[in-house]
Amino acid sequence: MATKTLLQAIHDGLAEEMRADETVMVMGEDVGRAGGVFRVTQGLQEEFGPERALDTPLAESLIAGSAIGLSVNGMRPVAEIQFADFIPPAFDQIVSEAARFYYRSNGAWNVPITIRAPYGVVPGGALYHSQSVEAYFCNTPGLKVVAPTFPADAKGMLKSAIRDPNPVLFFEHKRTYRMIKEEVPDDDYTVPLGEARIHREGTDITVCAYGLVLYTALQVAQRFSEEHGIEVEIVEPRTLYPLDKETILNSARKTGKFLVISEANLTGSVSGEIAAVVAHEAFEWLDAPVMRLGAPDVPAAAFARPMMDFFVPGEERIEAAMLELARY
Amino acid sequence: MERTQARHEALDLDESDLLRMYRAMLLARRVDERSWILNRQGKAAFVISCQGQEAAQVGAAYNMRPGYDYVYPYYRDAAITLFLGQSARDQFLSLLGKKEDPNSGGRQMPGHFSSRKLNIVTASAPVGVQYPQAVGSALAFKMRGEDGVVLVSGGEGSTSQGDWHEAMNFAGLHDLPVIFLVQNNAYAISIPEKLEVAGSIASRAAGYGFPGHAVDGNDVLAVYETAKEAFERARRGEGPTLIEARTYRLTAHSSDDDDRRYREREEIEEWRQKDPILRFEKYLAEVEVLDEEKREEIDAEIKAEVAEASDYAESAPYADPEEVLERVYAEV
Ligand SMILES: Cc1ncc(C[n+]2csc(CCOP(=O)(O)OP(=O)(O)O)c2C)c(N)n1
Ligand SMILES: [Mg+2]
Repeated sequence: MATKTLLQAIHDGLAEEMRADETVMVMGEDVGRAGGVFRVTQGLQEEFGPERALDTPLAESLIAGSAIGLSVNGMRPVAEIQFADFIPPAFDQIVSEAARFYYRSNGAWNVPITIRAPYGVVPGGALYHSQSVEAYFCNTPGLKVVAPTFPADAKGMLKSAIRDPNPVLFFEHKRTYRMIKEEVPDDDYTVPLGEARIHREGTDITVCAYGLVLYTALQVAQRFSEEHGIEVEIVEPRTLYPLDKETILNSARKTGKFLVISEANLTGSVSGEIAAVVAHEAFEWLDAPVMRLGAPDVPAAAFARPMMDFFVPGEERIEAAMLELARY
Repeated sequence: MERTQARHEALDLDESDLLRMYRAMLLARRVDERSWILNRQGKAAFVISCQGQEAAQVGAAYNMRPGYDYVYPYYRDAAITLFLGQSARDQFLSLLGKKEDPNSGGRQMPGHFSSRKLNIVTASAPVGVQYPQAVGSALAFKMRGEDGVVLVSGGEGSTSQGDWHEAMNFAGLHDLPVIFLVQNNAYAISIPEKLEVAGSIASRAAGYGFPGHAVDGNDVLAVYETAKEAFERARRGEGPTLIEARTYRLTAHSSDDDDRRYREREEIEEWRQKDPILRFEKYLAEVEVLDEEKREEIDAEIKAEVAEASDYAESAPYADPEEVLERVYAEV
C-alpha cells in the first residue's frame, strides 16, 4: 500500500489494465506524447507505443465514435474527453450510439468502452472548464455513469469500467486530482460498478454526495460529531446511473433525515432523482423533508475567484443545510 | 461485342460472378417492391427503399469477404446485406417487426441492419454517425496487422455532417483500411444536390490526402472496378479511398414521403430509363450470359423466394411485449 492521489490512482489503473490486456488502449487529445493536460496518462505512450496511447485530432465526436468502432472490432478503448465541458460534440456518439448498440441489435453488438472526463469547478477554469455535465447522461438507458471521489475507489472502478461489456462514462473531479490522497492497495483489485459506499456511519442525518462536495461534507460531519454530537451518515453513490437505490434508501430509512448535495446546477440534477427516490420509497421513515443542496441555476462557473467561490456549495452552505436538517 | 466482353473479363469476373451480382440486385429490387405492397396493404408501417441504388451497393460489396471485413451500411443498403448473406426472410421479418428480425428483434425500423456473424455493424438513424465508428474499426484491423477492410456507406446528404469530415480526416491521417462509399442519389429527402453539396464530393478526398473517385453508380461493373482497386489498396495497407457513386433514388424518400412536392415526374422517368438492373440485363444479354428465357427463369425463382419469405414473415410471431425490457445492458 502506498499513499496516492486521485490522479495517480487513475493513472495506475490505466497502466495496469494496459499491461494485463493488450486490447486496452487510451486515446484522446494530448494523451500520448504529452501524457494528458492533467498528466493522467503520463508515461503510457513510452510504455505502450503511439497506437495504444493514441494522440487523436481535436474532434470529440470522432474520439467517441472511433472508440465505439474499435470496441466492436476487438479493442477495449479508454477515450479521454479533455474537459467534460467539451463533451457535447460527442453526445450523439455516446447517447444515440454507444448506449444503444446492445439494445438496438437485440443483444448482438455490445460496446465495451470507457470514456473519462474531468469535470467540476476549478480555480481559473471559468465557464468552459468547470461544468458538471453528468445529469445530461443519467437519463440514458444502456449507459453507465460513474463518478468516484476517492483514489482507491477510482482505481478499482476504472478497472471494472474497462472490463465491463457496456459503455461507461467515468467522471473525475479535476479539482480533487491532487487534493485527495489515501492509501491505495497495490494488488489487482476491482471495485464493482453500481454500488454506493457508506463513508461514515451515523444515526442522526444522512448526507448523500459525490465529488468535491463529498470531501467537504465529510470534514463538516467530523466537526459535527465533535462539536455538536450530531452523527452524520455519509453515502456516496459512486455510480450515478443506474443508481444503487438500496444502499441510499437503507441509510435514509435509518436516519429519517436526508440531504443530497452536488456541485451541479440544482434544477434537473442527479440530486433530483435521488431525492425523488428517497421521498417516494422512504416516505414512512422520514422525519423531515428531503433536502437538496446544489449550485445555483446559473452557468458554471464565473472566472473571478469570489464569484467562483460563491457558485460552489462550500463549507458554510453545506454546514447550514446539515444543521437545518438536524434540527427537525 | 468483343470489346464489351472484355470488360468483365478484364476484371477477372466470370459468368457465375456476373449472375451472382445480377441475382443480388434483382432480389433486392423484388424484396423492395414487395415491401411497398405490404405497406399499401397496411401491413408494413414503414418502407425505405434501395431502388435505383442496387448497382452501387452490389458493385462495392462484391469485393468483401463476408464475416471478415466489416461493413457499416446505411438504411438503403438492402442489396449489400442481401449480397453478404442476409435472406429475403430476414428483410421481411425486419419490415414487419417480428421476433425473428435478425437486425433487432423488432426493435428498430426496417433498414437498420445488423449481423454479428456477417460483421454488419448495427446501424441507426442519425445521419452520419457510422463514419467515426467505421474508422475506429479500421484502426483495430491496422493495429493488429490484419488485412481486414471496412466498408462504410451513406448518402450524399451525410457528407454535410461533421462526423463525415472528422472520419475522413482520421482515415487519411492513419492510412486506414476503410472505403467511404457515398451513394449520391441527388436528394436528401427534398433537398437537391445543388443546395447541399459544395464543390464535388469525390474531390474532397484530395484535401484529406487520399484518392476519391466519382463513378457511374448505375453501372455495377464500373462500381465494382473502382471498389476492387480500393479494397486492394486497403489490403495492401496503403489507406482509404472515397467512392462517390452517382445514382438516383427511384422511389420517394420513404413510405411517409410524397416526392411530388419537390421533383418532376419527368426527371424520375428519365432515370427509370437508366435503371441499373435494366442496364445490367442489357450487358448480360450482349455478352450472352443471359437470354430472355434465363432472365425469366431467374426472376420467377426470385419472385417465388420473395413470396415465400413475405408469407413466412407475415405469419411469424411478434416478440413478447415484455421483451422491451430486456437486453439494455450486456451481462458483466
Ligand atoms: C442527424 C439527422 N438529421 C435528420 C435526419 C432525418 N433524415 C433522414 S434521412 C435524411 C436525408 C438523408 O439524405 P442522404 O444522406 O442523401 O441519403 P438518402 O436518403 O438520399 O439515401 C434526413 C434529413 C436524420 N435521420 N438524422
Ligand atoms: Mg441522397
